[in-house]
Amino acid sequence: MTTINFLSLLHLVSPEVIVVVAALCVLSVDLMFLRTSETRLRGAIGSTLSLAGCATAVIWILHTPQSANVLDGMLVLNPLAQRMQIALLILSMLTVLIFIESTFTENVSEYLSLLLLATVSMMFLVSTQNLLLIFLSLELLSLSLYILTAFNKRSIRSAESALKYFIFGGISAAFLLFGASLLYGLSSSTNLASIAGSVHGPVLDPLLIVAIVMTLVGLGFKVAAAPFHFWAPDVYQGAPAPSAALIASGSKVAGFFIFYQVMVVGLAGAEGSGVWHGYASGWVPIVAIVASLSMVLGNLVAILQTSVRRLLAYSAIAHAGYMLLGIVSHTDESFRALLYYAITYALTVLGAFGVVAVVEEETGGDTFLDFAGLSRRAPVPSFCMLIFMLSLAGIPPLAGFFGKFYLFSSVLTSTPGTLGLLWLVVLAIALSAVSLYYYLKILKYIYVTKSSEGAAPIRVSALRQAALCLIALGVVLLGCAPNLLLRWL
Amino acid sequence: MLAWTIYISFLGALVVMLLPSGSVRATRILALFTTVAGFVVSLWGFTEQQSGEIVTIVRLPWVPSLGIEYHLAADGISLTLLLLTGIVAISGVLFSWNIEHRAKEFFAFYLALIGGVYGVFLSFDLLLLFVFYEIAIIPKYFLIAIWGSTRREYAAMKLALYSFVGSAMVLIGLIAAYVTAGAKTMDLMHLAQFPFPVHFQMWAFPLVFVGFGILAGLWPFHTWAPTGHVAAPTAASMLLAGVVMKLGAYGCLRVAMTLFPRGLDAWGFHVLGFGSWRDVFALLAVTGIVYGAMVALVQKDFKFVIGYSSVSHMGFVLLGLMTLQQIGLDGAVLQMFSHGVLAGLLFAVVGRMVYDRTHTRDLSELETMHLSKVIPFAAATFVLGGMASIGLPGFSGFVAELQVLIGSWHAFPLFAVVAGLGIVIGIAYTWRAMQKAFFGTSDRIPVSTTPSLPAISVPERIGAIILIISSVVVGLYPQLLLRIIVPALHSPLFDGLWKGRGR
Repeated sequence: MTTINFLSLLHLVSPEVIVVVAALCVLSVDLMFLRTSETRLRGAIGSTLSLAGCATAVIWILHTPQSANVLDGMLVLNPLAQRMQIALLILSMLTVLIFIESTFTENVSEYLSLLLLATVSMMFLVSTQNLLLIFLSLELLSLSLYILTAFNKRSIRSAESALKYFIFGGISAAFLLFGASLLYGLSSSTNLASIAGSVHGPVLDPLLIVAIVMTLVGLGFKVAAAPFHFWAPDVYQGAPAPSAALIASGSKVAGFFIFYQVMVVGLAGAEGSGVWHGYASGWVPIVAIVASLSMVLGNLVAILQTSVRRLLAYSAIAHAGYMLLGIVSHTDESFRALLYYAITYALTVLGAFGVVAVVEEETGGDTFLDFAGLSRRAPVPSFCMLIFMLSLAGIPPLAGFFGKFYLFSSVLTSTPGTLGLLWLVVLAIALSAVSLYYYLKILKYIYVTKSSEGAAPIRVSALRQAALCLIALGVVLLGCAPNLLLRWL
Repeated sequence: MLAWTIYISFLGALVVMLLPSGSVRATRILALFTTVAGFVVSLWGFTEQQSGEIVTIVRLPWVPSLGIEYHLAADGISLTLLLLTGIVAISGVLFSWNIEHRAKEFFAFYLALIGGVYGVFLSFDLLLLFVFYEIAIIPKYFLIAIWGSTRREYAAMKLALYSFVGSAMVLIGLIAAYVTAGAKTMDLMHLAQFPFPVHFQMWAFPLVFVGFGILAGLWPFHTWAPTGHVAAPTAASMLLAGVVMKLGAYGCLRVAMTLFPRGLDAWGFHVLGFGSWRDVFALLAVTGIVYGAMVALVQKDFKFVIGYSSVSHMGFVLLGLMTLQQIGLDGAVLQMFSHGVLAGLLFAVVGRMVYDRTHTRDLSELETMHLSKVIPFAAATFVLGGMASIGLPGFSGFVAELQVLIGSWHAFPLFAVVAGLGIVIGIAYTWRAMQKAFFGTSDRIPVSTTPSLPAISVPERIGAIILIISSVVVGLYPQLLLRIIVPALHSPLFDGLWKGRGR
């Protein structure tokens, strides 16, 4: 095991430290100076501090490129990990922008500091290859998210969904821990790379299969893949919009990153194969089954929804299914495709929740009827929603389309010479044709249906509009010029 | 320069969207200006290019790591269809001069659709083509769902889903081709020269062909077309029948048949008398011709007559493609142009001149209105358009369908006879619709009591005249288009198709 002194460790984790300091600053400034100020002001100052903290961390990362693998894989820094940290920080900043003018809580500083702590845990999650730290950061992330979900104290839904989230999360954490302990037992190491060294063999150890399944349950919960998705619809519906946005975006990106790392780095040699007529046992066929289940279930159940948030939840399950294909094919190319997909998906869904927040504050609900005639009441958010929904459906030239194209072609390329994984790609493309139906249904209410009598134009603050436009612009830009992001991954 | 057709249209859509919401008039004029500019550019390209060979317009790397390029080029087929798009787009704007409800959004979606269509015809990179192809789907949905009539939301959703399912099939085929070729390129020219394994082509060809064919009204996947055309506002039905269905046929010819020419080969065994995909699709095309015509014969709704006639006429395009004869393919491309212009004209008469005035499309009600006396211009236009579409010599429909028939006589004599029968039924339904709608002989109601209808406006007259003139010019002097279509069909792109002709 490599040793490292605290000062250089501090240097390596300084972006995380900056964000933690920012979280503490937000708390203390609010508690010390702003006790008597009105909520709006406290929200503005707290958000500015959080944004500043994240921005500082981004700048720090940009200026100090690191490359390290210390403490038995506890901290693995390389250009990719650092870029993922930047992406996660940007997603968190956008979440803060969506939060700024929310009115669901008076405890703004607590909310923001929890959000920042969740960001820290996501940053650790993408820069580690050690089961112990993976588990710790997953738990820190989950705990922050449970509280963020329950934050709307006026809504019973919020409390209910948080409790469900907590119970499901607790159970799946237990599964993950059990799987991790088995892996440790098999390899007497928690470092993913050394685990890989001791698990491969011509025949899979039955214990290893149990470990794989257990780990999959834990990670599948995190990315809301079927059949571990039951928390998602309730949480997406009950949580305050910015919390739901964070769960759907940043936490998803980090979750998929670590899913890939655990499977591909940690279980290298136990892949097996999911090729049509070429099945071999390992983790690939299991992930392929989970992926197909998620795609089918997510897309079909989404058709029946009448609440936009629940619809987004089921569409998230479907998208998790698509992204799992990137893990099934486990090549470098498909990893890049997966990350591109995850980041653009996160951006899109973040924007969608921003629009949901706008509508909810005006109408108090998120059913289709609350969106009726929105294009005449709030043209800019409606147009942004148009872009987000079409991107989720995979219509070019938006980011969602290119993500799908890149991901699916990389999946097919992973079995050179044969089109062995074509069955998964056909399933995915066929179901994404289904998905257009329900995305168009939302747009139909926004653009086609007449609004109820006497519905006045919605006043949306300039800041919110700017944030939404920024995200929409990002979605369009990344779709038209995917190179901007690809070059960087 | 030709690339500006795309940019102008999208820019126009953007500017229209940014106009202040009160200025309906300015919006219209801007839309008209945009479409005219698009037409002028394509006309310039048309006169500029003598040979019909493929001429690259722009070629830039787009996603270098995946070998995807922004590659626009034009050959004779593209130019013919660009011209068609320009003509139909202009007259579409002229026929929607009376749109007042959310006019800004209407023209924005309209121009975005046009931009997508121009893009498809000019793309020589498959991913780029696919991108433009899908861009064209979404505006159609909104045009129908917001401004349409009869069951508009149902029809719009049906159309969008059919198109999207079709494009999903195309996408599967394209990704599979991209990966199988393994050359990290989506360039059409390059992939068309790649010898894909025959067993691969045997499933990829029907997949992509049907995927595009859905949009071309291939029977039995045509059902979106009549409902969509009927529900759509006039300009949108003109574009749908006039241009969008051609996107499908164009894709069949440009992508499916050039990439996977061996998919047309004989299977080596016979099922129910079919020996290849070519037989199967030819049968489907002929079925479409006869079925569309027979269904059109019994419609009560005037617009459904034209809607089903589109299915019938598009059957000729697909039949022409399946002949694999020079003359048949020429005819197919010419028929795309001809049907585009004529379907646009007929929908304009039904949707704008008749329906917007009488507020009914029921033939038995129209029968009592003496429309030939009340709006004689509409009657005259419909007679001309109807004669052209049943294939009267002197109009474009005649040259096109004749060539297809000659081609299919060589390839499938039986089908040629059946298709000829379809033409006869075509005369019957056109005659019946014309008789009932305009020359109703009901004696019960005297002429004097029919309500006076607003006169045919100037934009409508101009639009109708543009379309009629285009049909007549091509009908009298088909060489105008054939001079660039024929060489285009002999470019290296179609080598694979001609090589396999011994089959």
